Amino acid sequence: MKKQQRHWYHYLWIWSIIYFSLGFVNILFAWLGLISFCLPLIFAIGGGNKLFCNRYCDRGQFLRVMGSQVGLSLRREMPEWMKGKAFRYGFMVFFFAMFFNIIYVSWLVASDIQGVQEAVTVLWTFQLPWNWTYSAGITPWVAQFAFGLYSLMLTSEIIAIVAMLIYKPRSWCVFCPMGTLTQTICKAKYVPTAK
Amino acid sequence: MGKLSPRHAVVDSNMCVACGTCADVCPTGAMEIVSGVFAKPTEEKCVGCGICAKECPASAIRVEVRS
Ligand code: SF4
Ligand code: SF4
Ligand code: SF4
Repeated sequence: MKKQQRHWYHYLWIWSIIYFSLGFVNILFAWLGLISFCLPLIFAIGGGNKLFCNRYCDRGQFLRVMGSQVGLSLRREMPEWMKGKAFRYGFMVFFFAMFFNIIYVSWLVASDIQGVQEAVTVLWTFQLPWNWTYSAGITPWVAQFAFGLYSLMLTSEIIAIVAMLIYKPRSWCVFCPMGTLTQTICKAKYVPTAK
Repeated sequence: MGKLSPRHAVVDSNMCVACGTCADVCPTGAMEIVSGVFAKPTEEKCVGCGICAKECPASAIRVEVRS
């Protein structure tokens, strides 16, 4: 069988490693995570497609490389409820509520109501000290948003990796909030054609 | 027109999350993601190998005998 041609975008999984490494050095790099929020929406709203998921998503690729190529996935069948609409939409709402909470907390910091929390919160529970990545002089709300976004990105990456290890490599994509949102937008724009 | 293979992939569009994994792994380039909504194999290209079904995280693909 013919081997598929490799293109530059097949190597975007490396971006996942670079992104989390950069946040370990300087938290301001966490802002780059907004690319993963904006690009899928641009494709879905502008083009009515999921080209980001289908071609350019570093996380989707990272999960397949680690799960399939490196062989880390146990490939169990995912429970039915995880594939169901209730869980997928519920998780999407929860995830975006957490995202808006990051914006709200950044606003509190900008308004001097609260100080910067120099920590990364994993799984919305565990606070990891991360203060070496932050130096005074950075506008506090800018740093706060970076800590918040990095926490959200790291949390979702951990969930995605655990799902990859237990279930099929790209299981996270079944309930990924960005994937669910863009599919919902595409469905709304979809006009079935004859044939 | 070539002869169609005896088996082919069938996608349950209700289960499909349009992630594109199937299109990525399909050795014949048969799978296409239609408008970001669901996956659909091009019948003439699908050889029924089942690679896509094995990789689909949503278990949305079955390989069936062509009717
Ligand atoms: S569903 Fe999420 S993780 Fe998967 S490819 Fe799409 S954006 Fe990336
Ligand atoms: S791998 Fe499965 S869920 Fe993903 S696009 Fe193909 S059929 Fe749909
Ligand atoms: S059964 Fe094989 S040839 Fe057909 S769409 Fe799936 S991977 Fe491609």
